[in-house]
Amino acid sequence: MSIGVGEYLALASVLFGTGAVGFLVRRNLLIQLMSIELMLNAVNVVWVAFNRFYPERHDGQIMAFFVVAIAAAEAAVGLAIVISLYRLRKTVETDKADALRH
Amino acid sequence: MTLFWVCAAFAVAGAIGTVTARRPLRAAMSLLVHIIALAGLYLGLHAELLAALQLLVYAGAIVVLFVFVIMLIGPATWVPSSTGGLSLRAMSVAVIGMVASTIAVALGRYEAFFGKSPAHYGTVEGLGGALYREAWVPFELVSITLLVAIVGAVAVARGRTPEEAARARQLRHERAAANAALGDAAGSGGNS
Repeated sequence: MSIGVGEYLALASVLFGTGAVGFLVRRNLLIQLMSIELMLNAVNVVWVAFNRFYPERHDGQIMAFFVVAIAAAEAAVGLAIVISLYRLRKTVETDKADALRH
Repeated sequence: MTLFWVCAAFAVAGAIGTVTARRPLRAAMSLLVHIIALAGLYLGLHAELLAALQLLVYAGAIVVLFVFVIMLIGPATWVPSSTGGLSLRAMSVAVIGMVASTIAVALGRYEAFFGKSPAHYGTVEGLGGALYREAWVPFELVSITLLVAIVGAVAVARGRTPEEAARARQLRHERAAANAALGDAAGSGGNS
């Protein structure tokens, strides 16, 4: 059995689903941020796999490159918000982050 | 082919470990396994530069940042596992259903196998040339985005100096007094 685009798509959907369920189910802000990283990585797998199928141009790999860069920016700002929340509430539980409620 | 299955197994195991870990530090280590496995997958797809960047940026920067924050916050990163509301469980079941249907379609429809790739495909020369020739505007925009993110992260995480905290407290008192005066005026106006 040879490996094609279909296998990479199946793998990426499993990874994206794992990240999405983790983001929905977990209450820990740090693990939710990691779940977002999992989802971004799954999308990157799809970009690179489809680009391998059309190897004359590099468009998919360029998009994956930009996704990596934006993920780095997102992690930096997200972790700064985690530290800020910890200073305010002494916890990283998302249920306790209700300062903007009502 | 062996590379694909080994890397896929490690990637899925790392992802599940990240999501299910009780301790955030173990989740970060599972994320590291996941990222290294994905770098192996990129190697199998002839994306050598992306594999190197994946290791540099994710393993070298993002996971280290996570570990820094976990160490900084300490025992408070332990959050009791939630029982979860009904809507959350329903959404999770929906996500799993979507994933299953995607797998079915992907494996059933996409019998698309890879051909030979050109010599410079995915190398530093190939991807770098394409990046600077065709995507230099978004490249510069991403550099500005990263700069803004750095400034924003510092501004958010820095907290307030004592002077700023005192000034904020004073502003809050002034605002409360003004609101109270406004409420009095409105209340008397309504009565008369």
